Amino acid sequence: MPVIRAADLVKTYGDFDAVAGIAFEVEPGESFGLLGPNGAGKSTTMRMIGGTLLRTAGVLEVLGLDPETHGPEVRASLGVVPQQDNLDEELRARDNLIVYGRYFGLPLSYLKPKADELLEFAQLTEKANAKVSALSGGMKRRLTIARGLVNEPRVLLLDEPTTGLDPQARHILWDRLFRLKEQGVTLVVTTHFMDEAEQLCDRLIVMDHGAIVAEGSPQDLIRRYSSREVVELRFGSDRNAAVAGELRALVDRSEVLPDRVLLYADDGEALLETINRRGLNPLTSLVRRSSLEDVFLRLTGRSLVD
Amino acid sequence: MTRPITTGSSVDHVDAARRGRVLGWWFFAEGRLLRERPFLGVTIATAVGNPVLYLVAMGVGLGALVQQPVDGVSYLHFVAPGLVVSTVATTGAGWGTWPIMGGFKWERTYLAAAATAITPVQIALGELVALGLRLLVQAAVFWAIGLAFGAWPLASAWWVVPIGAAAGLAFFAPLAAYSATLEDEGIQFNFINRLIVMPMFLFAGTFFPLTAMPPFLQWIGWISPMWHGTQLARIASYGMANEPLPTLGHAAFLAACIAGGMAVAARTFSRRMEKAS
Repeated sequence: MPVIRAADLVKTYGDFDAVAGIAFEVEPGESFGLLGPNGAGKSTTMRMIGGTLLRTAGVLEVLGLDPETHGPEVRASLGVVPQQDNLDEELRARDNLIVYGRYFGLPLSYLKPKADELLEFAQLTEKANAKVSALSGGMKRRLTIARGLVNEPRVLLLDEPTTGLDPQARHILWDRLFRLKEQGVTLVVTTHFMDEAEQLCDRLIVMDHGAIVAEGSPQDLIRRYSSREVVELRFGSDRNAAVAGELRALVDRSEVLPDRVLLYADDGEALLETINRRGLNPLTSLVRRSSLEDVFLRLTGRSLVD
Repeated sequence: MTRPITTGSSVDHVDAARRGRVLGWWFFAEGRLLRERPFLGVTIATAVGNPVLYLVAMGVGLGALVQQPVDGVSYLHFVAPGLVVSTVATTGAGWGTWPIMGGFKWERTYLAAAATAITPVQIALGELVALGLRLLVQAAVFWAIGLAFGAWPLASAWWVVPIGAAAGLAFFAPLAAYSATLEDEGIQFNFINRLIVMPMFLFAGTFFPLTAMPPFLQWIGWISPMWHGTQLARIASYGMANEPLPTLGHAAFLAACIAGGMAVAARTFSRRMEKAS
Protein backbone atom coordinates (compact mmCIF):
# COMPACT_ATOMS: atom_id res chain seq x y z
CA MET A 1 0.00 0.00 0.00
CA PRO A 2 1.39 3.46 -0.84
CA VAL A 3 2.02 5.71 2.18
CA ILE A 4 0.69 8.71 0.27
CA ARG A 5 -1.82 8.66 -2.55
CA ALA A 6 -3.10 11.76 -4.31
CA ALA A 7 -5.60 11.81 -7.17
CA ASP A 8 -7.01 14.90 -8.93
CA LEU A 9 -5.74 16.94 -5.99
CA VAL A 10 -6.76 20.60 -6.29
CA LYS A 11 -6.19 23.70 -4.19
CA THR A 12 -7.56 27.00 -5.40
CA TYR A 13 -7.41 30.45 -3.85
CA GLY A 14 -10.18 32.49 -5.47
CA ASP A 15 -9.58 31.92 -9.18
CA PHE A 16 -5.90 31.02 -8.74
CA ASP A 17 -5.03 27.32 -9.00
CA ALA A 18 -2.16 26.73 -6.59
CA VAL A 19 -2.44 22.98 -7.22
CA ALA A 20 -4.31 22.10 -10.39
CA GLY A 21 -5.31 18.45 -10.23
CA ILE A 22 -2.20 16.39 -9.54
CA ALA A 23 -1.88 12.64 -8.97
CA PHE A 24 1.04 10.72 -7.45
CA GLU A 25 1.85 7.89 -5.08
CA VAL A 26 4.70 7.50 -2.60
CA GLU A 27 5.81 3.99 -1.67
CA PRO A 28 7.11 3.00 1.79
CA GLY A 29 10.85 3.55 2.20
CA GLU A 30 11.02 5.66 -0.92
CA SER A 31 12.65 9.05 -1.17
CA PHE A 32 10.19 11.09 -3.19
CA GLY A 33 10.77 14.57 -4.53
CA LEU A 34 8.64 17.49 -5.66
CA LEU A 35 10.85 19.60 -7.90
CA GLY A 36 9.82 22.96 -9.28
CA PRO A 37 10.37 26.70 -9.09
CA ASN A 38 8.94 28.90 -6.36
CA GLY A 39 5.17 29.09 -6.63
CA ALA A 40 4.83 25.73 -8.40
CA GLY A 41 2.51 24.39 -5.67
CA LYS A 42 5.03 22.21 -3.81
CA SER A 43 4.56 23.66 -0.33
CA THR A 44 0.80 23.80 -0.80
CA THR A 45 0.85 20.08 -1.56
CA MET A 46 2.99 19.39 1.51
CA ARG A 47 0.63 21.28 3.79
CA MET A 48 -2.35 19.37 2.44
CA ILE A 49 -0.51 16.10 3.22
CA GLY A 50 -0.14 17.24 6.83
CA GLY A 51 -3.80 18.21 6.98
CA THR A 52 -3.05 21.78 8.05
CA LEU A 53 -4.38 23.08 4.73
CA LEU A 54 -7.74 21.94 3.42
CA ARG A 55 -7.91 20.81 -0.21
CA THR A 56 -10.45 22.23 -2.64
CA ALA A 57 -11.12 18.94 -4.44
CA GLY A 58 -9.71 15.50 -5.12
CA VAL A 59 -8.53 12.53 -3.12
CA LEU A 60 -5.66 12.50 -0.65
CA GLU A 61 -4.73 9.57 1.56
CA VAL A 62 -1.82 9.44 3.95
CA LEU A 63 -1.20 6.01 5.48
CA GLY A 64 -4.68 5.11 4.28
CA LEU A 65 -6.36 8.03 6.08
CA ASP A 66 -7.76 11.37 4.97
CA PRO A 67 -5.60 14.03 6.67
CA GLU A 68 -8.54 16.43 6.83
CA THR A 69 -10.77 14.18 8.88
CA HIS A 70 -8.00 12.27 10.64
CA GLY A 71 -5.50 15.10 11.23
CA PRO A 72 -4.13 13.94 14.60
CA GLU A 73 -3.95 10.30 13.43
CA VAL A 74 -2.06 11.23 10.26
CA ARG A 75 0.24 13.76 11.91
CA ALA A 76 1.11 11.37 14.73
CA SER A 77 2.94 9.30 12.08
CA LEU A 78 4.47 12.26 10.23
CA GLY A 79 7.60 14.28 10.80
CA VAL A 80 7.28 17.79 9.41
CA VAL A 81 10.21 20.06 8.53
CA PRO A 82 8.67 23.33 7.33
CA GLN A 83 10.23 25.68 4.82
CA GLN A 84 10.63 28.38 7.43
CA ASP A 85 12.08 27.24 10.75
CA ASN A 86 9.60 27.60 13.59
CA LEU A 87 11.76 26.46 16.47
CA ASP A 88 10.98 27.95 19.84
CA GLU A 89 13.66 30.61 20.16
CA GLU A 90 12.97 31.05 23.86
CA LEU A 91 13.89 27.45 24.62
CA ARG A 92 17.20 25.63 24.62
CA ALA A 93 17.95 23.24 21.78
CA ARG A 94 17.27 20.11 23.84
CA ASP A 95 14.06 21.52 25.37
CA ASN A 96 12.76 22.21 21.86
CA LEU A 97 12.87 18.49 21.17
CA ILE A 98 11.26 17.58 24.49
CA VAL A 99 8.42 20.13 24.31
CA TYR A 100 7.68 19.12 20.73
CA GLY A 101 7.66 15.46 21.76
CA ARG A 102 5.16 16.29 24.49
CA TYR A 103 2.80 17.55 21.78
CA PHE A 104 2.57 13.88 20.75
CA GLY A 105 1.87 12.92 24.34
CA LEU A 106 5.18 11.06 24.58
CA PRO A 107 6.41 10.45 28.15
CA LEU A 108 9.55 12.16 29.48
CA SER A 109 11.12 8.75 30.18
CA TYR A 110 11.12 8.24 26.41
CA LEU A 111 11.83 11.84 25.40
CA LYS A 112 14.94 12.55 27.48
CA PRO A 113 17.14 9.79 25.99
CA LYS A 114 15.51 10.36 22.60
CA ALA A 115 16.44 14.04 22.65
CA ASP A 116 20.08 13.16 23.33
CA GLU A 117 20.07 10.58 20.56
CA LEU A 118 18.62 13.10 18.11
CA LEU A 119 21.04 15.84 19.12
CA GLU A 120 23.89 13.44 18.42
CA PHE A 121 22.35 12.59 15.05
CA ALA A 122 22.06 16.29 14.23
CA GLN A 123 25.65 16.88 15.41
CA LEU A 124 24.39 19.30 18.04
CA THR A 125 25.35 17.49 21.25
CA GLU A 126 27.59 20.39 22.32
CA LYS A 127 24.71 22.81 21.69
CA ALA A 128 22.15 20.89 23.73
CA ASN A 129 21.84 23.68 26.30
CA ALA A 130 22.30 26.58 23.91
CA LYS A 131 19.38 28.87 23.21
CA VAL A 132 18.03 28.41 19.70
CA SER A 133 18.61 32.08 18.95
CA ALA A 134 22.36 31.43 19.36
CA LEU A 135 22.50 28.71 16.67
CA SER A 136 23.62 29.21 13.06
CA GLY A 137 21.21 28.74 10.15
CA GLY A 138 22.54 25.28 9.38
CA MET A 139 22.32 24.22 13.03
CA LYS A 140 18.72 25.44 13.27
CA ARG A 141 17.86 23.48 10.16
CA ARG A 142 19.39 20.30 11.60
CA LEU A 143 17.60 20.88 14.88
CA THR A 144 14.30 21.27 13.00
CA ILE A 145 14.96 17.95 11.28
CA ALA A 146 15.86 16.32 14.60
CA ARG A 147 12.61 17.71 16.02
CA GLY A 148 10.68 16.20 13.12
CA LEU A 149 12.08 12.78 14.07
CA VAL A 150 11.13 12.89 17.74
CA ASN A 151 7.96 10.84 17.25
CA GLU A 152 9.78 8.27 15.09
CA PRO A 153 7.69 9.17 12.04
CA ARG A 154 6.91 6.75 9.26
CA VAL A 155 7.12 9.60 6.76
CA LEU A 156 9.34 12.68 6.99
CA LEU A 157 8.14 15.74 5.03
CA LEU A 158 10.95 18.17 4.20
CA ASP A 159 9.96 21.49 2.62
CA GLU A 160 13.00 23.12 0.95
CA PRO A 161 15.39 21.60 3.50
CA THR A 162 18.57 23.44 2.42
CA THR A 163 17.29 26.77 1.10
CA GLY A 164 19.37 29.58 2.55
CA LEU A 165 22.27 27.38 3.70
CA ASP A 166 25.89 27.70 2.62
CA PRO A 167 27.40 24.81 0.59
CA GLN A 168 29.13 23.20 3.57
CA ALA A 169 25.98 23.27 5.71
CA ARG A 170 24.02 21.79 2.81
CA HIS A 171 26.39 18.86 2.48
CA ILE A 172 26.23 18.09 6.20
CA LEU A 173 22.46 18.14 5.97
CA TRP A 174 22.34 15.94 2.89
CA ASP A 175 24.57 13.44 4.67
CA ARG A 176 22.13 13.28 7.59
CA LEU A 177 19.15 12.87 5.27
CA PHE A 178 20.96 10.19 3.31
CA ARG A 179 21.47 8.25 6.52
CA LEU A 180 17.75 8.44 7.24
CA LYS A 181 17.05 7.18 3.76
CA GLU A 182 19.43 4.26 4.30
CA GLN A 183 17.55 3.43 7.48
CA GLY A 184 14.34 3.10 5.51
CA VAL A 185 12.58 6.35 6.46
CA THR A 186 10.18 7.48 3.76
CA LEU A 187 11.25 10.97 2.72
CA VAL A 188 9.13 13.48 0.83
CA VAL A 189 11.26 16.44 -0.22
CA THR A 190 10.33 19.64 -2.02
CA THR A 191 13.16 21.58 -3.60
CA HIS A 192 13.97 24.00 -6.35
CA PHE A 193 17.59 22.80 -6.40
CA MET A 194 18.19 20.19 -9.06
CA ASP A 195 21.38 18.96 -7.38
CA GLU A 196 19.43 18.36 -4.19
CA ALA A 197 16.77 16.41 -6.05
CA GLU A 198 19.47 14.32 -7.76
CA GLN A 199 21.23 13.64 -4.47
CA LEU A 200 18.23 12.74 -2.38
CA CYS A 201 15.38 11.48 -4.52
CA ASP A 202 14.75 7.98 -5.86
CA ARG A 203 11.83 9.31 -7.80
CA LEU A 204 10.33 12.73 -8.32
CA ILE A 205 7.63 14.75 -9.93
CA VAL A 206 8.49 17.97 -11.73
CA MET A 207 5.87 20.64 -10.99
CA ASP A 208 5.12 23.90 -12.73
CA HIS A 209 2.12 26.21 -12.25
CA GLY A 210 0.42 23.70 -9.96
CA ALA A 211 0.63 20.81 -12.42
CA ILE A 212 2.92 17.81 -12.86
CA VAL A 213 4.95 18.13 -16.06
CA ALA A 214 7.04 14.96 -15.68
CA GLU A 215 7.58 12.04 -13.34
CA GLY A 216 10.37 9.49 -12.91
CA SER A 217 13.77 8.84 -11.37
CA PRO A 218 16.37 11.60 -11.91
CA GLN A 219 18.34 9.41 -14.37
CA ASP A 220 15.18 8.37 -16.12
CA LEU A 221 14.05 11.98 -16.58
CA ILE A 222 17.43 13.05 -17.86
CA ARG A 223 17.49 10.18 -20.33
CA ARG A 224 14.00 10.96 -21.52
CA TYR A 225 14.17 14.74 -21.76
CA SER A 226 17.82 15.56 -22.32
CA SER A 227 20.97 14.33 -24.02
CA ARG A 228 23.83 12.63 -22.19
CA GLU A 229 26.03 15.73 -22.17
CA VAL A 230 25.71 19.48 -22.45
CA VAL A 231 28.17 21.98 -23.86
CA GLU A 232 27.92 25.39 -22.24
CA LEU A 233 29.40 28.24 -24.25
CA ARG A 234 29.82 31.92 -23.52
CA PHE A 235 30.51 34.33 -26.33
CA GLY A 236 29.80 37.51 -24.41
CA SER A 237 26.28 38.78 -23.94
CA ASP A 238 26.08 40.58 -27.33
CA ARG A 239 27.42 37.68 -29.39
CA ASN A 240 25.47 34.78 -27.82
CA ALA A 241 22.37 35.35 -29.94
CA ALA A 242 24.39 36.11 -33.09
CA VAL A 243 26.20 32.77 -33.20
CA ALA A 244 23.18 30.81 -31.97
CA GLY A 245 21.88 30.27 -35.52
CA GLU A 246 25.09 28.70 -36.69
CA LEU A 247 25.38 26.55 -33.55
CA ARG A 248 21.79 25.34 -33.82
CA ALA A 249 22.60 23.59 -37.09
CA LEU A 250 25.10 21.38 -35.25
CA VAL A 251 22.71 19.84 -32.69
CA ASP A 252 19.14 18.61 -32.26
CA ARG A 253 18.52 20.87 -29.29
CA SER A 254 19.97 24.13 -28.05
CA GLU A 255 18.95 26.79 -25.54
CA VAL A 256 20.04 30.42 -25.71
CA LEU A 257 20.09 31.93 -22.23
CA PRO A 258 20.94 35.57 -21.53
CA ASP A 259 24.48 34.72 -20.40
CA ARG A 260 25.26 31.51 -22.27
CA VAL A 261 24.31 29.04 -24.99
CA LEU A 262 23.55 25.40 -24.12
CA LEU A 263 24.06 22.70 -26.74
CA TYR A 264 22.76 19.19 -26.10
CA ALA A 265 24.81 16.27 -27.45
CA ASP A 266 25.77 12.73 -26.59
CA ASP A 267 29.46 13.46 -27.03
CA GLY A 268 30.22 16.93 -25.75
CA GLU A 269 33.97 16.88 -26.37
CA ALA A 270 33.49 15.97 -30.04
CA LEU A 271 30.96 18.77 -30.47
CA LEU A 272 33.28 21.28 -28.83
CA GLU A 273 36.05 20.22 -31.19
CA THR A 274 33.78 20.83 -34.20
CA ILE A 275 32.88 24.28 -32.88
CA ASN A 276 36.52 25.21 -32.38
CA ARG A 277 37.41 23.96 -35.87
CA ARG A 278 34.80 26.30 -37.31
CA GLY A 279 36.56 29.19 -35.65
CA LEU A 280 33.61 30.28 -33.49
CA ASN A 281 35.96 30.86 -30.54
CA PRO A 282 33.78 30.97 -27.42
CA LEU A 283 35.18 32.99 -24.49
CA THR A 284 34.59 30.05 -22.17
CA SER A 285 33.42 26.51 -22.76
CA LEU A 286 32.36 23.70 -20.46
CA VAL A 287 31.30 20.13 -21.13
CA ARG A 288 29.12 18.62 -18.41
CA ARG A 289 26.61 15.85 -17.87
CA SER A 290 22.93 16.67 -18.26
CA SER A 291 21.05 17.53 -15.09
CA LEU A 292 17.48 18.01 -13.97
CA GLU A 293 17.95 21.70 -14.68
CA ASP A 294 18.14 20.78 -18.37
CA VAL A 295 15.05 18.63 -18.01
CA PHE A 296 13.14 21.52 -16.49
CA LEU A 297 14.36 23.92 -19.16
CA ARG A 298 13.20 21.49 -21.83
CA LEU A 299 9.79 20.98 -20.26
CA THR A 300 8.95 24.57 -19.39
CA GLY A 301 11.35 26.77 -21.34
CA ARG A 302 12.46 28.37 -18.08
CA SER A 303 15.18 27.90 -15.46
CA LEU A 304 14.37 26.47 -12.03
CA VAL A 305 16.06 29.35 -10.25
CA ASP A 306 15.32 32.72 -11.80
CA MET B 1 29.82 7.04 13.87
CA THR B 2 26.38 7.95 15.05
CA ARG B 3 23.83 5.41 16.08
CA PRO B 4 20.99 4.78 13.66
CA ILE B 5 17.85 6.76 14.34
CA THR B 6 15.08 4.39 15.18
CA THR B 7 11.89 5.14 13.34
CA GLY B 8 8.40 3.84 13.67
CA SER B 9 9.39 1.07 16.05
CA SER B 10 9.15 2.22 19.65
CA VAL B 11 6.43 4.86 19.28
CA ASP B 12 2.82 3.74 19.08
CA HIS B 13 1.37 6.27 16.64
CA VAL B 14 -2.21 5.15 17.12
CA ASP B 15 -1.85 5.72 20.84
CA ALA B 16 -0.11 9.08 20.30
CA ALA B 17 -3.02 10.24 18.13
CA ARG B 18 -5.57 9.02 20.67
CA ARG B 19 -3.79 10.83 23.51
CA GLY B 20 -3.47 13.94 21.35
CA ARG B 21 -7.20 13.96 20.63
CA VAL B 22 -8.04 13.80 24.33
CA LEU B 23 -5.21 15.71 26.00
CA GLY B 24 -3.65 17.85 23.27
CA TRP B 25 -4.75 21.02 25.04
CA TRP B 26 -2.85 19.98 28.14
CA PHE B 27 0.28 19.01 26.19
CA PHE B 28 0.25 22.46 24.65
CA ALA B 29 -0.35 24.21 28.00
CA GLU B 30 2.62 22.34 29.46
CA GLY B 31 4.95 23.52 26.70
CA ARG B 32 3.54 27.04 26.97
CA LEU B 33 4.41 27.22 30.66
CA LEU B 34 7.87 25.82 30.02
CA ARG B 35 8.42 28.71 27.60
CA GLU B 36 7.94 31.08 30.52
CA ARG B 37 10.91 29.62 32.39
CA PRO B 38 13.50 32.07 31.06
CA PHE B 39 11.38 34.91 32.43
CA LEU B 40 10.82 33.26 35.80
CA GLY B 41 12.97 35.75 37.72
CA VAL B 42 11.18 38.78 36.29
CA THR B 43 7.80 37.11 36.75
CA ILE B 44 8.43 36.38 40.43
CA ALA B 45 9.81 39.87 41.07
CA THR B 46 6.69 41.36 39.47
CA ALA B 47 4.31 39.01 41.24
CA VAL B 48 5.82 39.96 44.61
CA GLY B 49 6.74 43.58 43.87
CA ASN B 50 3.36 44.63 42.43
CA PRO B 51 1.25 43.73 45.47
CA VAL B 52 3.76 45.25 47.89
CA LEU B 53 3.93 48.52 45.95
CA TYR B 54 0.18 48.71 45.36
CA LEU B 55 -0.75 47.87 48.95
CA VAL B 56 1.74 50.38 50.33
CA ALA B 57 0.84 53.15 47.88
CA MET B 58 -2.93 52.71 47.74
CA GLY B 59 -3.81 50.89 50.94
CA VAL B 60 -1.46 52.64 53.30
CA GLY B 61 -0.57 55.88 51.49
CA LEU B 62 -3.88 56.84 49.90
CA GLY B 63 -5.65 55.10 52.81
CA ALA B 64 -4.14 57.64 55.19
CA LEU B 65 -6.02 60.39 53.33
CA VAL B 66 -9.29 58.48 53.19
CA GLN B 67 -10.25 58.67 56.84
CA GLN B 68 -13.90 57.71 56.76
CA PRO B 69 -14.96 54.17 55.84
CA VAL B 70 -15.67 53.33 52.22
CA ASP B 71 -18.60 50.95 51.70
CA GLY B 72 -18.55 50.43 55.44
CA VAL B 73 -14.92 49.22 55.69
CA SER B 74 -11.43 50.77 55.95
CA TYR B 75 -9.90 51.95 52.68
CA LEU B 76 -7.29 49.16 52.76
CA HIS B 77 -10.04 46.54 53.06
CA PHE B 78 -11.99 48.23 50.30
CA VAL B 79 -9.14 48.61 47.83
CA ALA B 80 -7.24 45.32 48.34
CA PRO B 81 -9.71 42.99 46.52
CA GLY B 82 -9.87 45.46 43.64
CA LEU B 83 -6.09 45.57 43.41
CA VAL B 84 -5.82 41.77 43.14
CA VAL B 85 -8.39 41.66 40.37
CA SER B 86 -7.06 44.62 38.38
CA THR B 87 -3.43 43.45 38.57
CA VAL B 88 -4.19 39.87 37.58
CA ALA B 89 -6.68 40.90 34.90
CA THR B 90 -4.11 43.21 33.34
CA THR B 91 -1.71 40.28 33.02
CA GLY B 92 -4.49 38.28 31.37
CA ALA B 93 -5.21 41.07 28.89
CA GLY B 94 -1.50 41.26 28.04
CA TRP B 95 -1.33 37.56 27.21
CA GLY B 96 -4.20 37.96 24.80
CA THR B 97 -2.44 40.46 22.53
CA TRP B 98 1.19 40.32 21.30
CA PRO B 99 1.95 36.75 22.42
CA ILE B 100 -1.01 35.36 20.46
CA MET B 101 -0.13 37.31 17.35
CA GLY B 102 3.51 36.23 17.69
CA GLY B 103 2.54 32.58 17.89
CA PHE B 104 1.23 32.88 14.34
CA LYS B 105 3.42 35.61 12.93
CA TRP B 106 6.81 35.89 14.61
CA GLU B 107 7.86 32.93 16.76
CA ARG B 108 5.38 30.81 14.80
CA THR B 109 5.22 28.31 17.63
CA TYR B 110 1.56 27.62 16.85
CA LEU B 111 2.48 26.48 13.36
CA ALA B 112 4.99 24.05 14.83
CA ALA B 113 2.42 22.65 17.25
CA ALA B 114 -0.22 22.37 14.53
CA ALA B 115 2.06 19.96 12.63
CA THR B 116 1.80 17.48 15.53
CA ALA B 117 -1.13 15.54 16.94
CA ILE B 118 -2.57 18.82 18.32
CA THR B 119 -5.37 20.79 16.65
CA PRO B 120 -5.71 24.61 16.46
CA VAL B 121 -8.69 24.51 18.84
CA GLN B 122 -6.56 22.67 21.38
CA ILE B 123 -3.84 25.31 20.99
CA ALA B 124 -6.34 28.06 21.89
CA LEU B 125 -7.58 26.03 24.84
CA GLY B 126 -4.01 25.22 25.91
CA GLU B 127 -3.19 28.94 26.00
CA LEU B 128 -6.21 29.52 28.25
CA VAL B 129 -5.26 26.71 30.62
CA ALA B 130 -1.60 27.77 30.84
CA LEU B 131 -2.60 31.36 31.52
CA GLY B 132 -5.20 30.26 34.07
CA LEU B 133 -2.54 28.40 36.05
CA ARG B 134 -0.15 31.31 35.85
CA LEU B 135 -2.82 33.78 37.00
CA LEU B 136 -3.77 31.52 39.91
CA VAL B 137 -0.17 31.63 41.14
CA GLN B 138 0.03 35.40 40.66
CA ALA B 139 -3.24 35.95 42.53
CA ALA B 140 -2.18 33.58 45.32
CA VAL B 141 1.05 35.52 45.84
CA PHE B 142 -0.98 38.76 46.03
CA TRP B 143 -3.38 37.21 48.51
CA ALA B 144 -0.50 35.93 50.71
CA ILE B 145 1.16 39.35 50.76
CA GLY B 146 -2.23 40.90 51.55
CA LEU B 147 -2.36 38.67 54.63
CA ALA B 148 0.80 40.35 55.92
CA PHE B 149 -0.84 43.76 55.42
CA GLY B 150 -4.02 42.65 57.22
CA ALA B 151 -5.97 43.34 54.05
CA TRP B 152 -8.49 40.48 54.39
CA PRO B 153 -11.15 40.85 57.12
CA LEU B 154 -12.92 37.55 56.32
CA ALA B 155 -11.47 34.03 56.03
CA SER B 156 -13.38 33.61 52.76
CA ALA B 157 -11.06 36.24 51.23
CA TRP B 158 -8.98 33.45 49.62
CA TRP B 159 -11.69 33.44 46.95
CA VAL B 160 -9.97 36.51 45.48
CA VAL B 161 -7.45 34.03 44.00
CA PRO B 162 -9.80 32.14 41.63
CA ILE B 163 -11.87 35.30 41.07
CA GLY B 164 -8.80 37.27 40.00
CA ALA B 165 -7.74 34.49 37.65
CA ALA B 166 -11.25 34.29 36.18
CA ALA B 167 -11.28 38.06 35.54
CA GLY B 168 -7.93 37.70 33.78
CA LEU B 169 -9.24 34.90 31.56
CA ALA B 170 -12.38 36.91 30.83
CA PHE B 171 -10.15 39.62 29.34
CA PHE B 172 -7.84 37.14 27.66
CA ALA B 173 -10.32 34.96 25.76
CA PRO B 174 -12.02 37.65 23.61
CA LEU B 175 -8.71 39.45 23.02
CA ALA B 176 -6.99 36.21 21.96
CA ALA B 177 -9.83 35.49 19.54
CA TYR B 178 -9.29 38.93 17.99
CA SER B 179 -5.49 38.82 18.01
CA ALA B 180 -5.51 35.59 15.99
CA THR B 181 -7.07 37.52 13.10
CA LEU B 182 -4.41 40.26 12.94
CA GLU B 183 -1.85 39.98 10.18
CA ASP B 184 -0.01 43.31 10.25
CA GLU B 185 2.22 44.72 12.97
CA GLY B 186 -0.41 44.88 15.69
CA ILE B 187 -0.76 48.65 16.12
CA GLN B 188 -4.37 47.86 16.98
CA PHE B 189 -3.11 46.77 20.40
CA ASN B 190 -2.26 50.36 21.29
CA PHE B 191 -5.90 51.33 20.72
CA ILE B 192 -7.12 48.30 22.61
CA ASN B 193 -4.94 49.14 25.58
CA ARG B 194 -5.79 52.83 25.65
CA LEU B 195 -9.44 52.79 24.60
CA ILE B 196 -10.71 49.48 25.96
CA VAL B 197 -8.52 47.99 28.69
CA MET B 198 -7.61 51.32 30.31
CA PRO B 199 -11.20 52.67 30.63
CA MET B 200 -12.37 49.26 31.83
CA PHE B 201 -9.67 49.49 34.51
CA LEU B 202 -10.49 53.07 35.50
CA PHE B 203 -14.23 52.30 35.68
CA ALA B 204 -13.81 48.94 37.43
CA GLY B 205 -14.48 50.45 40.84
CA THR B 206 -10.99 49.53 42.00
CA PHE B 207 -10.23 52.76 43.89
CA PHE B 208 -13.78 54.05 44.47
CA PRO B 209 -17.27 52.54 44.14
CA LEU B 210 -18.57 52.65 40.57
CA THR B 211 -21.71 54.34 41.96
CA ALA B 212 -19.59 57.43 42.64
CA MET B 213 -19.47 57.98 38.87
CA PRO B 214 -22.25 59.80 36.98
CA PRO B 215 -24.94 57.22 36.05
CA PHE B 216 -24.44 57.77 32.29
CA LEU B 217 -20.82 56.58 32.59
CA GLN B 218 -21.40 53.58 34.81
CA TRP B 219 -22.09 51.26 31.87
CA ILE B 220 -18.34 51.22 31.17
CA GLY B 221 -17.92 49.35 34.45
CA TRP B 222 -20.84 47.05 33.76
CA ILE B 223 -19.20 45.71 30.60
CA SER B 224 -15.80 45.41 32.27
CA PRO B 225 -14.74 41.94 33.50
CA MET B 226 -12.59 43.84 35.99
CA TRP B 227 -15.62 45.43 37.65
CA HIS B 228 -17.50 42.14 37.89
CA GLY B 229 -14.40 40.44 39.29
CA THR B 230 -13.84 43.26 41.76
CA GLN B 231 -17.43 43.09 43.02
CA LEU B 232 -17.14 39.32 43.49
CA ALA B 233 -13.79 39.73 45.26
CA ARG B 234 -15.32 42.27 47.68
CA ILE B 235 -18.23 39.98 48.44
CA ALA B 236 -15.74 37.28 49.41
CA SER B 237 -13.26 39.56 51.12
CA TYR B 238 -15.42 41.73 53.40
CA GLY B 239 -18.97 40.65 52.65
CA MET B 240 -19.96 43.61 50.49
CA ALA B 241 -23.70 43.86 50.05
CA ASN B 242 -23.97 42.76 46.44
CA GLU B 243 -25.81 45.50 44.65
CA PRO B 244 -27.01 45.81 41.91
CA LEU B 245 -26.18 42.33 40.53
CA PRO B 246 -26.36 39.14 42.57
CA THR B 247 -23.18 37.10 43.06
CA LEU B 248 -24.28 34.61 40.45
CA GLY B 249 -24.78 37.43 37.93
CA HIS B 250 -21.17 38.60 38.25
CA ALA B 251 -19.90 35.03 37.97
CA ALA B 252 -22.11 34.40 34.94
CA PHE B 253 -20.74 37.52 33.24
CA LEU B 254 -17.13 36.34 33.66
CA ALA B 255 -18.04 32.80 32.55
CA ALA B 256 -19.79 34.19 29.46
CA CYS B 257 -16.72 36.28 28.52
CA ILE B 258 -14.47 33.22 28.83
CA ALA B 259 -16.78 30.77 27.05
CA GLY B 260 -17.83 33.22 24.35
CA GLY B 261 -14.26 34.33 23.75
CA MET B 262 -13.04 30.76 23.47
CA ALA B 263 -15.85 29.80 21.09
CA VAL B 264 -14.79 32.60 18.74
CA ALA B 265 -11.08 31.84 19.32
CA ALA B 266 -11.65 28.24 18.24
CA ARG B 267 -12.73 29.59 14.86
CA THR B 268 -10.21 32.37 14.44
CA PHE B 269 -7.30 30.08 15.45
CA SER B 270 -8.38 27.42 12.95
CA ARG B 271 -8.85 29.94 10.16
CA ARG B 272 -5.56 31.67 10.82
CA MET B 273 -3.71 28.35 10.90
CA GLU B 274 -5.01 27.61 7.42
CA LYS B 275 -3.83 30.97 6.12
CA ALA B 276 -0.40 31.03 7.74
CA SER B 277 2.16 29.23 5.66
